[in-house]
Amino acid sequence: MTLRRGGRPLLWLGLSVALVALAVAGIAIGTIALSPGAVWAALLGRGDATTITVVRDLRAPRVALAALVGAGLAMSGAALQGILRNPLAEPYLLGVSGGAAVGAVLAVVAGATSAGLVPLAAFAGAVLAVSVAMVVARAVGGRADPRLLLMAGVVVGAFANAAIMIVLANAPADTLRNATWWMMGSVAGAEWSGVRWLALYIAAGGLLLVARARDVDVLSLGEDSAAALGVRVEQSTRAVYLIAALVAAATVSAAGLVGFVGLMVPHLVRAAGVRSHRSLLAGSAIAGAGLVIGADLLARTLLPPAELPLGAVTALLGVPFFLARLRTLA
Amino acid sequence: MIVFESLVVRYPRAKTPAVRGVSLAALAGRVTAVVGPNGSGKSTLVRALLGRVTIESGTISVSGADARTLAPRELARRVAVVPQRETPAFPAPVRDLVALGRHPHAHGLARWTEGDEAAVERAIVEAGVGDLVERSSDELSGGEWQRVRIARALAQEAPALVLDEPTTFLDIAHEMAVFELLHRLARKGTAVLLVSHQLNLVARFADEIVLLHRGAVAAAGSPLDVMRGDVLEQVYEWPLVVTRDPAVGAPSLVPLRGHRGARDTPSH
Repeated sequence: MTLRRGGRPLLWLGLSVALVALAVAGIAIGTIALSPGAVWAALLGRGDATTITVVRDLRAPRVALAALVGAGLAMSGAALQGILRNPLAEPYLLGVSGGAAVGAVLAVVAGATSAGLVPLAAFAGAVLAVSVAMVVARAVGGRADPRLLLMAGVVVGAFANAAIMIVLANAPADTLRNATWWMMGSVAGAEWSGVRWLALYIAAGGLLLVARARDVDVLSLGEDSAAALGVRVEQSTRAVYLIAALVAAATVSAAGLVGFVGLMVPHLVRAAGVRSHRSLLAGSAIAGAGLVIGADLLARTLLPPAELPLGAVTALLGVPFFLARLRTLA
Repeated sequence: MIVFESLVVRYPRAKTPAVRGVSLAALAGRVTAVVGPNGSGKSTLVRALLGRVTIESGTISVSGADARTLAPRELARRVAVVPQRETPAFPAPVRDLVALGRHPHAHGLARWTEGDEAAVERAIVEAGVGDLVERSSDELSGGEWQRVRIARALAQEAPALVLDEPTTFLDIAHEMAVFELLHRLARKGTAVLLVSHQLNLVARFADEIVLLHRGAVAAAGSPLDVMRGDVLEQVYEWPLVVTRDPAVGAPSLVPLRGHRGARDTPSH
């Protein structure tokens, strides 16, 4: 929470090493186990053709997608907790997840066959939900009151969940299964084309959030204090809210609902002593990427050959973490 | 210098304005105190200055410019404000919190400069929070937190300083220290505007007192002009006497006991 440059080289080194190690493990571990050396060789296009295909076309895009989803959700959560001044704020509370799920479920129920259609519908649903939440908050309160934004998001999310239940109640079994699987989150079946698109999107959103990080530092003090320190409170709050929601929407459209990441990772990074939102965003991006890579690795390997839903694994990881946090708060 | 000119402020959906045509000036080198009962419009003046409430009519000028036309950062370079309430969402080191006072001086992604560092150091020394800088905000008492916020406002290095009830939660020593600090800053040329409930201290430290009653100025002038029993009794709706403090000679208010049926006044 400062303009000054923080040190902590060990923290950054540790986070980066952990991320690289998890990424290598994510590529190396699977039905065909590879050594880190073989992973490196295959990435460079050396070795036998099967290994190269497995690494380059199957596992690497999957790991990259997991990293992007984790980074996006964690940055989104860090920014939202700052502007909404609420440690429980997370992207899925804003109606993003509900809206995206409605879009995706409608696309599945409508019989969307093209792989690209479901993510597009999810993204459209998320953007619509966020827009509705912002319009509701504005219509009710006039100002960008954090509490109103949060509650409007919760209301929109509740409405979205009701809509999903109504749509799914009469859906055929295989549609139900597809929709449910999507809502449980997954990075399986990642392809480079989608990953590239998401990378561009997350990077742009992340940079926009970092550019606003100082304002978020000040906004987290409260509205009057932020105004006293020269921040355009309404404008900044809305802008950060919108960017964070769009980043989360992109991750949801690419991988379904991966819960707890946006809530948990910023707390982890704060617990490591990071305070300024610029550092918090960067640290959350790295930690979030590593966390989802690791969670996906667990999802693939815990009960082979079955694959667990990614969202369930992140939630399972989140529970002990929050119990530990509760202990420090009590 | 901050000048409020015939200011009228009405909260959304409120029947009557919270501030009804208030004019007052906080001049450089002087401590100007705004006093009055709860709900008399004191804090609304501060919020109007910050653009947190819509001004219905009238103007607020800061160093000659209309506050509404100034960019927020420019406003924050001209006047440092310590609002009434503040609870940071996440704990932070005290030094970092004081450093946020440099926010109005930062541009884009510009680096932290030696000038910023020096301003923060000066503010820490001036506000007397040197013993707190290594602590975290969640380890501070209410009074310590208030002093840290004053330090942050000083780090803004603005020619005018506005404080909304800065000595709430402070014990006698720290309260006196704050008043002495404000007095010192004014003598160095700062325009100090202070909202306070501490009439007796205000009477000793302020150069000018503005007494608000139901959104309008009930009395204004030197402490001797404003601290009159009849005026204060009417405004505060409580029997009281004003004496001369035997030790320092300043006018001193003593509320009397045994009064029944005092009318409810609006509260926050």
